[in-house]
Amino acid sequence: MLSFRGGVHPHDHKEITKDKKITELSPPDTLYIPMQMHIGAPCVPKVEVGERVLMGQIIGDSDAYVSVPVHASVSGTVKEIKKILLPNGSMSDAVVIENDFKDEPFDEHGKNKDYTKFSRQEIIKMVREAGVVGMGGAGFPTHVKLSPPEGKVIDTVIVNGAECEPYLTSDYRVMLENPEEVIYGLKVLLYAFGIKNGYIGIEDNKKEAIKKMQEKTKNEEGIRVVALKTKYPQGSEKQLIWSITKREVPRGGLPADVGVICVNIDTCCAIAKKFLYNRPLIRRIVTVSGSGIKEPQNFSVRIGTPFSYVIEAAGGMAGDVKKVIMGGPMMGIAQYDLNVPVVKGTSAILLFTEKELKQPNTDVCFRCGRCSYVCPINLMPYYIADAYRIGDIERCEKLGALDCIECGCCSFTCPGNAKPLSRVREAKRTILENRRQKA
Amino acid sequence: MENKLQVSTSPHIWGGISVAKVMQYVILALMPAAIMSVYYFGFRSLLVMLVAVGSSVLFEYLWCKLTKRENTIGDYSAAVTGLILAMNLPPTIPYYMVVVGSFVAIVVAKEFFGGLGHNFINPALAGRAFLMASWLSEMTKWAQPRTRLPLFGKVDTISQVTPLAQLKAGEAVDISYLEMFFGNVGGCIGETCAAALLIGGLFLIYKRIITPIIPFTYIATVGLMSYIFSPSGFFKGDPWANILSGGLFLAAFFMATDYVTSPSTFKGQFIMGIFMGVITVIIRVYGGYPEGASYAVMLMNILTPLVEKATMPRIYGTKKQAGGKAQ
Repeated sequence: MLSFRGGVHPHDHKEITKDKKITELSPPDTLYIPMQMHIGAPCVPKVEVGERVLMGQIIGDSDAYVSVPVHASVSGTVKEIKKILLPNGSMSDAVVIENDFKDEPFDEHGKNKDYTKFSRQEIIKMVREAGVVGMGGAGFPTHVKLSPPEGKVIDTVIVNGAECEPYLTSDYRVMLENPEEVIYGLKVLLYAFGIKNGYIGIEDNKKEAIKKMQEKTKNEEGIRVVALKTKYPQGSEKQLIWSITKREVPRGGLPADVGVICVNIDTCCAIAKKFLYNRPLIRRIVTVSGSGIKEPQNFSVRIGTPFSYVIEAAGGMAGDVKKVIMGGPMMGIAQYDLNVPVVKGTSAILLFTEKELKQPNTDVCFRCGRCSYVCPINLMPYYIADAYRIGDIERCEKLGALDCIECGCCSFTCPGNAKPLSRVREAKRTILENRRQKA
Repeated sequence: MENKLQVSTSPHIWGGISVAKVMQYVILALMPAAIMSVYYFGFRSLLVMLVAVGSSVLFEYLWCKLTKRENTIGDYSAAVTGLILAMNLPPTIPYYMVVVGSFVAIVVAKEFFGGLGHNFINPALAGRAFLMASWLSEMTKWAQPRTRLPLFGKVDTISQVTPLAQLKAGEAVDISYLEMFFGNVGGCIGETCAAALLIGGLFLIYKRIITPIIPFTYIATVGLMSYIFSPSGFFKGDPWANILSGGLFLAAFFMATDYVTSPSTFKGQFIMGIFMGVITVIIRVYGGYPEGASYAVMLMNILTPLVEKATMPRIYGTKKQAGGKAQ
């Protein structure tokens, strides 16, 4: 079985939502569409208050290269443009749209089903226009991935169907319900690079998805569906690349340095939708799960829908909800204000009660070394944590703090619940801060 | 409702095995050896164990009270230290010495250095070393197994010659390997029955509480080294008697694997095991004591930070590239 060194085996809890079909969540009255849902330069609003916008119309864009446009996810009227809180804790301008419930589409070019009519440059441009970003959470603009720097030759495209985070089933449902779109998106990418070497990597706890994808790719030349060992963080880019190709992304480098690009399942669908239906990225699949929700669901949600609306649509909160998380429980972000909107990287909304959050009330390191056994990057987290505690930032850097991918395996497994990741994170931040000051 | 939401950094779930659980497993793993010691040395050995555990926990409790720290006896680490200390004591030892040993182990070796996780040396072994230095004759009185030892009062025992003493003198060991394996010899409370220790050790490995690297490299090195070096000349040693006698199994499975004082890198654990084997045999053959296991462990405890530093794993992404240039 394809795998990597290190990692942990949390209970996956996918049984809660794995059999829930994706249902289209009808959009709310008001949507808040942030101008920054990606890594890179924020967009500038291209519409004015009072203006009528159509579904799929570009409402924000930027001239910067590392940036993608933002689209209206419904048709309606621009009510206001204001700063709002985002799920990642930052503030961003957002276009507030009053929904007219007509879903009148904005159609410029018509459909472009035959992607082979386009050149590589045109495809990259179209992917950008569709506002496609990595939808696993980080939100790196996909068109930038498609244009690797001079001299880097891409020979492999990997579609990340690992979905190694517990609770999440959005990618799984997409693979079962829309396998054609996933494959179509991958084919566009392979065509753009002029290669025939695509992988769809799926963890082997998703047997049905593996079967389905294998069935659908039977006659596709150069596309292989591979089963991966179920182990967190199998879906982390570096680990996934190692599992499948046994190539090691160099320190500080990109997958392109070893000839690979990785894309998320939902990202593939977003690319496919652009070519199949000329529809930009205006929805995403969101798993709503945890013991704090009445009716766990897999929703197709319009970008800009407030969390509170999604939670209500899933029957509302159940029991004493202590934590609301965007994303998975291992790397997701805890929310304190449920008015934040669903963004392109919102793979899940998890509502946790005491049940999921049970942890020992200790903070002690007895140097058992488990954190270093499970570290997929081969760091020794407790050494970094120790160095940070005594303020030796230089040593933290020497110990590789910056290589940390923040997967959380160390804190997850720590017997003394000393949360090594928190300290490594602090160390990282301090190192980068020091660098900025020096520069 | 919203005001009550907790915010913290990821990960939001915890799925490890707690410190208390780890320690409970260690105690469980020591039970076969503890039961066998009661079988061989009677209830006196049970009482020594109870005094050691009780006083260790009490000292930790008092220390926490005195320094106004949170009470840490709930993590069972003091209980483990007490139990391992008792395992390293002869069953005939006066009880007050056990209490002194616990004091040195818990207060001096552990708490003075900052408590769990900060001691540089195995606390139980520090306690034992202190007692060895203070009351050598009481510490090296070996009772005949299956004799009735009085629970209180002075213990008159005909000191039994241990296999290790015989080996040291260059004599042939007069009991069978099988008897040694099952512990029908004189010795410390927990060290004589290799079979019981092996069961406990394998249980810990199976439960992934310890890695098998240190115990097995350590035992194998002792076997090899004691075959090569012996008082009667090179390549004339008795590896099986050396492996099965004395406290080797106790040291290898339960003391050398102590998290705090052993390397957590796999390479480091290899080095640790090999070095301890070498030191043990050197002490047994050329040193002043018949047994060298506990000193070997303590010596390597001190070297642990260096060994760890020298064996840090290669960080992902730092592979030398084809051009020979390190990234």
